[in-house]
Amino acid sequence: MSTNWQDYRATPAYDELIQEDGTPRLAANILVQYLASMEQQDLRARQAAAEVAMKEMGVTFTVYSQEEGTIDRAWPFDIIPRIIAKTEWDRIELGLKQRVHALNLFINDLYHASRILKDGIFPAEVLANSVNFRSQCIGISPPLDIWAHICGSDLVRDADGTFYVLEDNLRVPSGVSYMLENRLVTKRVFPELFEDYAPLPVDDYPSQLFDTLAALSPYPGERPEVVVLTPGIYNSAYFEHAYLAQQMGCELVEGRDLVVDDDDVVYKRTVRGLQRVDVIYRRIDDLFMDPEAFRADSLLGVKGLMRAWRAGKVALSNAPGAGVADDKVVYAFVPEIIKYYLDEDPIIPNVPTYRCLYLDEREYVLANLDKLVVKPANESGGYGMLMGPFSSKAERERFAEQIQANPRNYIAQPTLQISTVPTLVQGQIEPRHVDLRPFILSGERRQVTTGGLTRVALNKGSLVVNSSQGGGSKDTWIVDA
Amino acid sequence: MLSRVAENIYWMARHIERAENMARLIKVNTFLLLDLPKKVALGWTPLLAITGASELFYKRYKEPGERQVTKFLMVDETNPGAILPALRAARENGRTIRDIIPREAWELINELYLQSRDNINQALTKNGRHIYLNQIISSSQTLSGLLSGTMNHDAGYQFLCVGRSMERADMTTRIIDVRSADMLPKQTEESITYENIQWMGVLKSLTAYQMYRRSMQVRIHRGTVLRFLFQNQEFPRSVLHCVREVERGVNQIGSDRFTLQILERAKTSLLDTEVTSLDAKALHSYVDSVQLDLINLHNALAKAYFLPINE
Repeated sequence: MSTNWQDYRATPAYDELIQEDGTPRLAANILVQYLASMEQQDLRARQAAAEVAMKEMGVTFTVYSQEEGTIDRAWPFDIIPRIIAKTEWDRIELGLKQRVHALNLFINDLYHASRILKDGIFPAEVLANSVNFRSQCIGISPPLDIWAHICGSDLVRDADGTFYVLEDNLRVPSGVSYMLENRLVTKRVFPELFEDYAPLPVDDYPSQLFDTLAALSPYPGERPEVVVLTPGIYNSAYFEHAYLAQQMGCELVEGRDLVVDDDDVVYKRTVRGLQRVDVIYRRIDDLFMDPEAFRADSLLGVKGLMRAWRAGKVALSNAPGAGVADDKVVYAFVPEIIKYYLDEDPIIPNVPTYRCLYLDEREYVLANLDKLVVKPANESGGYGMLMGPFSSKAERERFAEQIQANPRNYIAQPTLQISTVPTLVQGQIEPRHVDLRPFILSGERRQVTTGGLTRVALNKGSLVVNSSQGGGSKDTWIVDA
Repeated sequence: MLSRVAENIYWMARHIERAENMARLIKVNTFLLLDLPKKVALGWTPLLAITGASELFYKRYKEPGERQVTKFLMVDETNPGAILPALRAARENGRTIRDIIPREAWELINELYLQSRDNINQALTKNGRHIYLNQIISSSQTLSGLLSGTMNHDAGYQFLCVGRSMERADMTTRIIDVRSADMLPKQTEESITYENIQWMGVLKSLTAYQMYRRSMQVRIHRGTVLRFLFQNQEFPRSVLHCVREVERGVNQIGSDRFTLQILERAKTSLLDTEVTSLDAKALHSYVDSVQLDLINLHNALAKAYFLPINE
């Protein structure tokens, strides 16, 4: 039995491939026809082939379990790509560049003159309570005045077809390795589709990342020694750290591999002695990076790293303190931030956001907990959220208490009808909700990945796309239709 | 090459080699016991002595019977020298250097551990044990071949060879030490036959029997066996050969003066000692001195190339 697209549409959400009347969107036409022509068992066989390929390529994320220690788990991959028309993408790309540009100006301002506070655009009390503001960074000017060289912004599309930014990840965003690997798998599984389609390539990212990092070296003109700093094998993104290091031809180091000497220079310990390191792509959170400057109990970090960075002897990416803009309360102010620094209107809108910090907005949130999604300011991975429409009374009461105890820590947003993409579920094609995480590189110029990582909530009706909570991923095609 | 990476490769090689050696040891003991009469049979306690784990064993078990000792040496999680924990450690070492070793090698190590873990029940039966141990030996050999044939013979590969040789030398000396100590005391006609069977067992534990025959071309005899296992230039598990392998590796990695001095001392001791003339007591103290050389050698390697233990 093959797929009948007339029976497919079941949700009120926007579907990325199929229009309301059951016919394919323009850019998806060939793919949809092609899928419709395939028998269920053929689809299943392709899905199985993709899973084997993933396993062979060792694409995993790490989960920790008590009995097993660490285990690598394959991250579920769905073979049906998500397609976005290039004309639409071009605009998103502009919007992302605009956003990250403004955010970098914002971070740099916060650590210098703090004009935006003085001008009353951004409330000083939000900053005072920020857990990601690092007073150690005040007055420091990193190369090119850029703090967040790598940003991953999460986009969702609402029922009316509009893309919104859901959040910006400026600390250590992950997922780009899956974006790259997903394309390789799709090429293996559906080679014939590439005869009719020419999705824009994604595999330029590692070289762009390397160039972005290399340009930060304190010793221009010399061949820069770039390393990737990982917290180690127990980190859920360890696969990605190893992958990116390999792709860029850099060394993957842990904290104990590095040492900062009295001359404030960072060295790596090699079998031939100490060797200087110029740029560190660090995938360790600020607080664990340097026990001398931050948490003294951190075993992952490098003693003196902040000292070396402040002295300009090493470049860190992202810069320490960049996370101040990676905060769901700051997020709520991004439209104002863009207007303030660039005097432009945001090209991609924010999801309407209620800031519990303000009394009137808080009261609205408390009165409408059953309709809203409540998020703590500084959690990631979907942890600590309240999904109002799916919550119990007890959960809502618990959240109400937490919000009142610490209003600055919470924001709330309406529950969006986030868009769906046809997804293979036990041989059948069914709609599943997706988001999109593009990655934005900022250095001498700003570059955006072609598309990004599409994460899909594999459970029926679920809106949670996180890998730790039943999410999978899809290849994302930008197509010049 | 990062010091941590070098250290991980070194230990990965040692752990794999340890698992393989243990598998051989158990296998040979099983057959040896079948050949010896019940009244002279030494049972399984020598294996505990060889691995230096007697104390730990008696904390956990009362009787040093076949079932208990083999379980303890194969799958007991509390015994760091046991096969399964060694494979697990090798896998953890391998995981952190996945970007250095060929992908297939990582997959093989991963699979070897998972299979050994899943087949524990098979290992604990008398029939299944043989198959289980053979699988570990052959996978370990496959891994050696795979690495030698697909990995750049760079510093990383040298650390692999150095680790493997260190573990081999260690095992060879341990086996000689324990086995020579429990040789049957009286030199009767009967005991000589069994003594030779036991020396044959020593050779077989080190897969040295066939090579001994080819190389020495004499019958099994204590003195020649000792000379073969300590001083033979060609046999890959003789102590001298292992030490030379370490030396070759160190020279390619970028030689460290102190390590080379220790290597020189170890080599001299091996070449200059007339092992055939050592009686049981002298042999024991000689083995002690060789083991001490190996410990010093490991410490020198760690100091020269690995991460410092404490800041």
